Amino acid sequence: MTRWKPATLTGWGRNCTAQVAAARPERPRELDAAIADTRDVTVLARGAGRAYGDAALNDGGRVVLTERLDRILSFDPASGLAVCEPGVTFADLLEAFLPRGYMPPASPGTAFATVGGAVAADVHGKNHDRHGSFGDHVEWFELLLADGSTRRVTVQNDAALFAATIGGMGLTGIVRAVAFRLLPQATPWVTVREERIADLDHYLESFARVRDSATFSVGWVDALARGASLGQGILETAEFHEDRAMPEPPRPRRAPLDLPSFALNRLSVRAFNEFYRRRVPTAGHERRRPFAEFLYPLDALHDWNRIYGKRGFYQFQCVLPDLAARAGLRSLLETVAGTGNPSFLAVLKTLGKSGRGHLSFPLRGHTLALDFPRGGGADELLRRLEAITLEHGGRIYIAKDSLLSRAGFRAMYPELPRFEAVLQRVDPGARFMSDLARRLGLKGAT
Amino acid sequence: MSAARVWLILGASSAIARAFARAVAADGADVLLAGRDTADLEASAADLRTRFNRRADILDFDALDSASHYTTLEKARSFAGGGTLNLFLAFGTMPSQDQIDANPALIDGVIAANYTGAVNVLHRAAPLFEAQKAGAIVVLTSVAGDRGRLKNYVYGSTKGALGAYLQGLRARLFRSGVPVVTVKPGPVDTAMSYGLNNMPLMAQPETVAAACLKAAKKGTEVVYVPFPWWPIMTIIKLIPERIFKKLNI
Repeated sequence: MTRWKPATLTGWGRNCTAQVAAARPERPRELDAAIADTRDVTVLARGAGRAYGDAALNDGGRVVLTERLDRILSFDPASGLAVCEPGVTFADLLEAFLPRGYMPPASPGTAFATVGGAVAADVHGKNHDRHGSFGDHVEWFELLLADGSTRRVTVQNDAALFAATIGGMGLTGIVRAVAFRLLPQATPWVTVREERIADLDHYLESFARVRDSATFSVGWVDALARGASLGQGILETAEFHEDRAMPEPPRPRRAPLDLPSFALNRLSVRAFNEFYRRRVPTAGHERRRPFAEFLYPLDALHDWNRIYGKRGFYQFQCVLPDLAARAGLRSLLETVAGTGNPSFLAVLKTLGKSGRGHLSFPLRGHTLALDFPRGGGADELLRRLEAITLEHGGRIYIAKDSLLSRAGFRAMYPELPRFEAVLQRVDPGARFMSDLARRLGLKGAT
Repeated sequence: MSAARVWLILGASSAIARAFARAVAADGADVLLAGRDTADLEASAADLRTRFNRRADILDFDALDSASHYTTLEKARSFAGGGTLNLFLAFGTMPSQDQIDANPALIDGVIAANYTGAVNVLHRAAPLFEAQKAGAIVVLTSVAGDRGRLKNYVYGSTKGALGAYLQGLRARLFRSGVPVVTVKPGPVDTAMSYGLNNMPLMAQPETVAAACLKAAKKGTEVVYVPFPWWPIMTIIKLIPERIFKKLNI
């Protein structure tokens, strides 16, 4: 008998909420029972709840929390193949495998994310040019389907269902276990090179120089800079250091309270940006840093989403094909700087190749991610950014999105008809549902 | 690679037991997981082997089948080889008082698991620990055992009775240098408490597991987890019965 608990859930950006009944199985069999117990009402798996918008919400329906399904079932050092339950986190993977010289093949910006979520969002990291996204390394997964059956899905035995599930935002079923390859030759330390970037052209040249040679690369952009400084920032590249001694784990700090909404304003963000940029000397510098700290800088402050206060915030992330990057990024950054909505965290990266999922976000190009406090014209700004993204042949990352329009979504994801054909086959009754799917008009939502 | 320390975990599928198994494996012990859901225990054992590179195996164990308890303990001793065997008892069941009031047939099962089953296996384990003259026994009871309360007195009385048994066992095994640790958690965020109302000072399974391991190492007699339950229960135990009976707790 499954116990369902009424809960109010929100995405990481805290910009919308959902009233759900939530179960939290501790064993795979309890997960099966929870789905068997769910008739005439929709259900959705939720991992760490780190999607920014409504991807892991199911207002008025049910949610199965996978956090307690957290066992690492096997690992083969020869092939790097690991089999995990869906609630295993990137922190778990690093703790278990980094001392042995293996790393997750792709890592999102937080170690609290789960591997189930990594499959659902086909997450990418700072090594996408080199190694692709998480789905590129998935060998098989066990999928609990709408009819209550479980199938081990591979590219060979059901290519369409495989492609619909990688990046499919949990809409094909629930991942009970996933087998994926970890990458060897990792160490607990990286040498990080930081250099100041003067403007957008400088940025694009620098990325062209490092994207195929550096193991990791990521850029921070001062989204308030305009004119000749447009696109100024700091480019970080990183390589593994030979030191294999595990660093002391950092002491986690918590954001003590919701900051008042005026705390992040144009002036405070401008001051922060200036300070952050000048921290790096004009000639650039190199530092040795723990690998985990480099991958997950924001994890040092738990609940960092509270700095945006109770109103919450939006994250916008798009990717533009390389050919359109110069014009598109210029247009995006000019629009953002022009409105003066203070984007605190702006990240620029390159992506290597398209993912394997119908709705995989990556394509070869440049990706820009921006956070905006909610309110103050943010909705209108995001609509303009969507239009610019579309004009330049780009797409928006739905794992982070909150406001993408249905028309925009259809234009950005050309494989959507194939995705919908699979949904029609495996979940004709639309049992697996999310607020994101409703908003984007998936599964017959009106 | 055989460890000097081996933990036998009875009722190993629970969230606290899972967290405890990870804590002791991370601390360098081998682990034997015993319980009824062997398919699930197999996954937990694989998790321990993969994460911590320790020996971990499973054992089919039913607390209610006392005739099988010697066999279980014998298998555990053979798994331990030359290492020191330690015992963590984590099984138990807690239907709500409302469920029991509606269906008193549930009572036998609660007493059988929480008290009879626990005493049966512990009493059969005692000679093993007397012979070993080492190792520790850690048993989960509950703050609910400190005083019979309107909201939870069938469950509470089984844990209270088990606590009295453990006092005697502690005296017996003290003579062989084996500590017996009574752990009294408040509400813990597990499947047992999930979705129930009025759960103050909810602790995470990892917190309880860490406290259990610490107490085992120090040989603490009784430990409340989290700590504030000690002053709280001390006060609750002091309330005179003529007042306590009127309270709605």
